[in-house]
Amino acid sequence: MTTTAGSRAVRAARVEKARRPRAEALWGYAFIAPTGLGLAIFYLWPVLQTAYFSFTEWGAFGGHTWTGLDNYTRLLGDPEVGRAVLNTLTYTALGLVGIPLAIVFAALLNRPGLRGVSVYRTAFFLPVVTMPVAVAMLWRWLYNGDYGLVNQVLATVGIDGPNWIADPATAMYALVVVGIWSSIGYNLIIFLAGMQAIPKELYEAASLDGAGRVRQFFSITLPMLSPTAFFVSIVSVIGSLQLFDLVFVMTGSGQSARANPAYGRLQTVVQLFYERAFVTNDRGYAAAIVIALLVLIAGLTILQFRLQRRWVHYV
Amino acid sequence: MWKSARRGAALLCAPLLGAALLASACGGGEQAGSGAQSQEKVTLSYAVWDATQQSAMQELAAEFTRTHPNIAIDVQLTPWADYWTKLKAASSGGAAPDVFWMNGPNFQLYASNGVIKPIEEQVDTSVYPKALVDLYTYDGKLYGLPKDMDTVGVWYNKTLFDAAKVKYPSDDWTWADFKKAAAELTDPDKGVYAIGAELTSFQEYQYNTIYQAGGYVISPDGRKSGYDDPKTIEGLKFWTDLLAAKQSPDLKTMTDTAPLQLFEAGKLAMYWGGSWDVAEFTKNDYTKDKVDVAPLPKGEKQATIIHGVANVMSAKTEHPAEAWEFVKFLGSKPAADILGRKGPIPAYTGTQSAWVSAHPELKLQVFLDAVAYAVPYPVSKNTAAWQEAELTNLTKAWTGEVPIEKAAANLAAGMNDLLAKE
Repeated sequence: MTTTAGSRAVRAARVEKARRPRAEALWGYAFIAPTGLGLAIFYLWPVLQTAYFSFTEWGAFGGHTWTGLDNYTRLLGDPEVGRAVLNTLTYTALGLVGIPLAIVFAALLNRPGLRGVSVYRTAFFLPVVTMPVAVAMLWRWLYNGDYGLVNQVLATVGIDGPNWIADPATAMYALVVVGIWSSIGYNLIIFLAGMQAIPKELYEAASLDGAGRVRQFFSITLPMLSPTAFFVSIVSVIGSLQLFDLVFVMTGSGQSARANPAYGRLQTVVQLFYERAFVTNDRGYAAAIVIALLVLIAGLTILQFRLQRRWVHYV
Repeated sequence: MWKSARRGAALLCAPLLGAALLASACGGGEQAGSGAQSQEKVTLSYAVWDATQQSAMQELAAEFTRTHPNIAIDVQLTPWADYWTKLKAASSGGAAPDVFWMNGPNFQLYASNGVIKPIEEQVDTSVYPKALVDLYTYDGKLYGLPKDMDTVGVWYNKTLFDAAKVKYPSDDWTWADFKKAAAELTDPDKGVYAIGAELTSFQEYQYNTIYQAGGYVISPDGRKSGYDDPKTIEGLKFWTDLLAAKQSPDLKTMTDTAPLQLFEAGKLAMYWGGSWDVAEFTKNDYTKDKVDVAPLPKGEKQATIIHGVANVMSAKTEHPAEAWEFVKFLGSKPAADILGRKGPIPAYTGTQSAWVSAHPELKLQVFLDAVAYAVPYPVSKNTAAWQEAELTNLTKAWTGEVPIEKAAANLAAGMNDLLAKE
């Protein structure tokens, strides 16, 4: 068997070709290593540890004993867990109203020839860059039953407003309004970017065909925006399910929150986790609560991915 | 829930690594206080939470180092909001500060888990209020020396009393006198209530009336809840009656605007508050020339909750002898004298006059006289767990959703379950 110089060259080139992607891949890994390591050490490892601790009884100062599924059976029979899940899902569902609102505002801001666009955009985006605690404190004051601005405005038209965040009937809605108010700017910016990526030709063609503004919005803008809306809904649902800071500050921080008559309507899953882990020194159980939340989030996210086929149009 | 000495704490915090950094052969031995310390230089970390007392603590540290030149003290301030979380984490990791502040609700948790060290030496505890010594005794052993103390009194707005032509509270007033005054002071037209039946500070409200009524919160052995005792319920009813009579703002209003703020806005004629409120009321523009203080009214008996912070030692300190020397100094009369000039009431008997004379316009002696009939702050090994149950159950009685007898019974059942798990 003899090998010609030609075939050797071909083989060398082939080897080179095969090696290069591997070397490139190695460089790729090297570049993501800092982030990857950070994620592994500060996110993945604690998640695994938490999963482990959820099967233990863990006191205030470490030292855990394996208790098997005890925490999970307790979880299923705990009325506070059921209540917290219900509150969290209610908040998440009501919070989805923010998405169509963001689309409407984005469409209004996207109109050609609108003056002062940057002023509006800043105004909408400001709550996003404001500290959630500051936002919650501010709204706490606005919602105050006796001295709050909301009720003072209502009083001018003869309405005697309730104690918004202390009244079980209104507390959740009051909270959702703040949640939407503080996230609408973020969603709006993403929708604006999505709208500006829609090819202008589609609108030109549509107007040549005689479609009006409204028709264009429903037949072009909305379908073309659906991938963006899908992204936004995934992110909002995950964010809503993890709600904590807003409720923590608005209900009255720390343990005194439980003296709020509306607490039963406001307590979220993460808040319950906080109370078990850091107030009542019941950390193994707290770990089980967050693992359950993780499963709930994963489940809802998978469901959303399944449902996307029905309404998301990719170009 | 436990409010005293937590106000005004908001400053930077120093990391708890003092002790860990010090290489040490751990000399000293257990015979603390013999005066024969090794001449090796050591630094003790001392964790505190109140920014307003930081300078006093540093002065105490300097004074201690003057008499013990080989021991330096590193005062580490951690704001109240993070203090316990951080201390728990540091203790779990074996890096607790050598000496630190302890409070009643947390004490048994730390003592029962062996995180703090019992005091080995025989000390004369008669110089501290007995209730505070009891508070820091676990399983027959004393773990900490009381540093300061606080009791509760009735702060009242003289202007509102005058306007309603009600006589100022006397030193021997009773529940009946209180209720009569409450009815006269309430003026719905002006939006003035007699008092706010606060639910977020049992130390200043519910616990006091429970003991005044002859009830109890927790049995002396810490195994059983007192909330199903008819007398305890009587003590809770004191407040729900005021709510029902609309002599207190409802819970929703108090959730939106805390009773302290209402009192400082002239909407409440009385405010049950701790001795630590002196700083607040003498500084506030509205209250500074309108308030005075009276003892809590007498029910079946006289009672006030007493609480105070103690200095304790970490069980894992590398310098047990030096740590004990420091704790002993902090519990001494010279230390109490320094503290008394600066802030809270020192716990050491006979050193409180500086605190009283700081505000001659107020009858502050009331808080000291109350020590005679004071009851220790009720605690167990996991106090926080049943304190949560108190709020969960009593909130329903405060809103009127559930009658107080039923709410208290539910609370007792829940609390007994929690105590069984301790």
